[in-house]
Amino acid sequence: MKKEIGLLVLFVVLCLTVCGIELIQQLRVIHEFQLAHPNEVAPVVQLPRFLSQANLTNTGNLIGLYGVFSLGLGLVIITGGIDLSVGSLCALTGIILTMGVTEWHWSWQIATLVVLAVSGLLGFTHGVLITRGKLQPFIVTLCGLLLYRGIARFIAGDSTKGFSGAEGIEPLRVFASGKLFGIPAPFAILIVLSIVMWFVLHRSIYGRYLLAVGRNEQAARFSGINTQLVTASAYVIAGLLTGISGIMIAFYTNSVGPSNHGNFYELYGIAAAVLGGCSLRGGEGSVVGIVIGTALLLVLQNLVNLLGIPSSLNFAVMGAVVLFGVLADQLFKNRAAKKTVRAAK
Amino acid sequence: MSNGPLLSMRGIGKRFPGVIALDNVSLDIGAGEVVALCGENGAGKSTMMKILGGVYQPDAGELFMDGVAVKINNVTDSMKLRVAFIHQELNVLDNLDVAANVFLGREPKNALGLIDFKKIHADTEPLLKRLGLELSSKTPLEKLSIAQKQMVEIAKALSLNSRIIIMDEPTSSLTLTETDRLLELVLELKKSGVSIVYISHRLSEVEHIADRVVVLRDGKNAGELPKADICHDKIVSLMVGREIKSSYTASTGAKTPGFFKVRNARSSRYPARTVEFDATRGEILGFAGLVGAGRSEIVKAMVGLDNAGSAEVTIGDERISINSPADAIGHGIFLVPEDRRGEGLVTGMSVRENTTLPSLKKYSTFNLISKERERKVTDEQIKSLNIKTPGGETLVLNLSGGNQQKVVLGKWLSMNPKVMILDEPTRGIDVGAKAEIYRLMRELADGGGVILMISSDMEEVLNVSDRVAVMHEGKITGILEREHCNEENVMNLAVGKTIAAAKAAVN
Repeated sequence: MKKEIGLLVLFVVLCLTVCGIELIQQLRVIHEFQLAHPNEVAPVVQLPRFLSQANLTNTGNLIGLYGVFSLGLGLVIITGGIDLSVGSLCALTGIILTMGVTEWHWSWQIATLVVLAVSGLLGFTHGVLITRGKLQPFIVTLCGLLLYRGIARFIAGDSTKGFSGAEGIEPLRVFASGKLFGIPAPFAILIVLSIVMWFVLHRSIYGRYLLAVGRNEQAARFSGINTQLVTASAYVIAGLLTGISGIMIAFYTNSVGPSNHGNFYELYGIAAAVLGGCSLRGGEGSVVGIVIGTALLLVLQNLVNLLGIPSSLNFAVMGAVVLFGVLADQLFKNRAAKKTVRAAK
Repeated sequence: MSNGPLLSMRGIGKRFPGVIALDNVSLDIGAGEVVALCGENGAGKSTMMKILGGVYQPDAGELFMDGVAVKINNVTDSMKLRVAFIHQELNVLDNLDVAANVFLGREPKNALGLIDFKKIHADTEPLLKRLGLELSSKTPLEKLSIAQKQMVEIAKALSLNSRIIIMDEPTSSLTLTETDRLLELVLELKKSGVSIVYISHRLSEVEHIADRVVVLRDGKNAGELPKADICHDKIVSLMVGREIKSSYTASTGAKTPGFFKVRNARSSRYPARTVEFDATRGEILGFAGLVGAGRSEIVKAMVGLDNAGSAEVTIGDERISINSPADAIGHGIFLVPEDRRGEGLVTGMSVRENTTLPSLKKYSTFNLISKERERKVTDEQIKSLNIKTPGGETLVLNLSGGNQQKVVLGKWLSMNPKVMILDEPTRGIDVGAKAEIYRLMRELADGGGVILMISSDMEEVLNVSDRVAVMHEGKITGILEREHCNEENVMNLAVGKTIAAAKAAVN
């Protein structure tokens, strides 16, 4: 819990910093204005753009989109695995969705079902290859990354697909990119899914099994846990969550370019999960951590945009923050370990 | 060589935060002497040896080599003084061959600045001969047994011209014959003038080879025994500081012979051989045999952990089918595996989470776990097993070996075992905790359980078991009744003789 609270504090501090910097920038502009035009009425201080309706909605949308697949990725990471296919799967599901409702004339219900079936099934395939086939998760999902991207590009004939011409998909659009109860729908969906996943990971038997398998698969097996089932199911859940977020992302961007849609999303997800306290060694991580980790990364991007930092530095800022976060975590851990050793003796 | 001891450690003190590991400890090692260092876990043996090996620096005290004061600041200093340390966990690289391992880190170079393979092989071969290893120096390490890998470490020590070789629990993973071979080797090395510091929990080995026993207790010198006085009871009484009787306690509970029947048990290690035996309800059935006899493998097959293995199991009158560990657990057949940290426990989880892991359904409603109920059962187990832990939320990795083993036991005891299989239950556990574990096993048997205990410690097999099944190369060669349980019978069966032959051999 301590780690999550620390992250939350970091998150709040980051938000306040963005607001603060914006205010200072405004004050400076006002000051300069007053110096230049001492007789005119100076512009009043305005709400920082970070807190504007448009920015909050957009950031909320993005946190929702990224958060949903990060949850799935986090689960896989907790089993000690990895899923590199998230971005390509987003592209594939995006293409299936857009082409389904425009060119193949599916209803939105059918399209949704197909997308979830495809993403769930691919997750299941990953799971089977990794548990039964004893292949390394990195390799299996790396092949997925290449494979699904290629298939998406092939199906779409390498051209960008949109929703124009689709009929009767409004309900899905509202659900995927509108507002629910006055908050951005993806954010609302993320909150609902996070609550469900919180119970699954932190309160259910299955969640305990996941953590045990991630920490020590042998010991879990000796305790009568079907470790293959537990591991494989994590990939299925990750697939399904990626499917859900794939639908929302397609509506958010409103067009799907198969060659770059969802590029690097798996890396955002991994970064978010790791920042949120998941260990790539497995067995460690929390839902709250993953969600705050995602939010932190996206607010950071927002900061880069709002503060006029060259957007070419975007990745560099993110990389530096994740590195800093992981380093700080390791430092705390070392200190805690020394403390327990002292207490035990 | 001077008349004094080769090495003398005087008044060594070492503190760790919050604990005094060594307090004014002294140790002399003569040239060509085998000194056994004994003591319970945490007595300071390893710390003392790590100071000699240069891993730790002492806070107080002095070291003299040939009467000259020396300082050992790091491992290199120790190597320069020709001290070699053979750790319990072997430090060899499986992907290299024997010679490369022997010369690791100090490879001779040829004219091109590359490794001079001719020289390292030429230098390694005679060492292997000296150790009686019938191996080429080009054999990759991954093809060697643990005993052979250990020999490679000894070869390395010899190639460094070591005067003192420290061996920390060298026999803990060796078979009986391999152990004998190692002990012989220790005596040979001694003859050639090498001094050995021998750390072992196995007192019979100590009796066999030691010229002198130095016992540590709670970081202090507890006493020494000269060659003539070395015997099991005296060592143990110095270790624990009081006389203790270690002997067989007969069971008092009711017996139901044939309660647990195993037929056609087959493991993937010996697919062509089958094992069958009946175990009595209320008894402790020991499983003796050489390491590699297939004992662990057969019990793993019994509890569904060997996908290629199988077994027909009957409890009471019920024939049960076991295809997975969950099936075995569902029928009350539990395994306490040999590898505690690797297989018995999720060490990164708390005592509570480990205790309830196999029985979470019992503590859940609609698949949601009640921590309250978990805590209750965990606290019960901590209390009844006397587990020394700050609490149920402490991570298992912060507990000592004996307490970790108790957590494994607690996890199964909370589930009312019918058949409890313990594989090397006291390996690496100190004398006090050992006795507690034996008592628990006996209580469980008297309470109507079937206990199967695999052990490579002869003393343990003979002291704890009501009957002893002895295995040899995948088969049970005989089951000894209590009155026939003695070392000779067990050994004879373990090397493959029949019961009749074994008894005849004794008579």
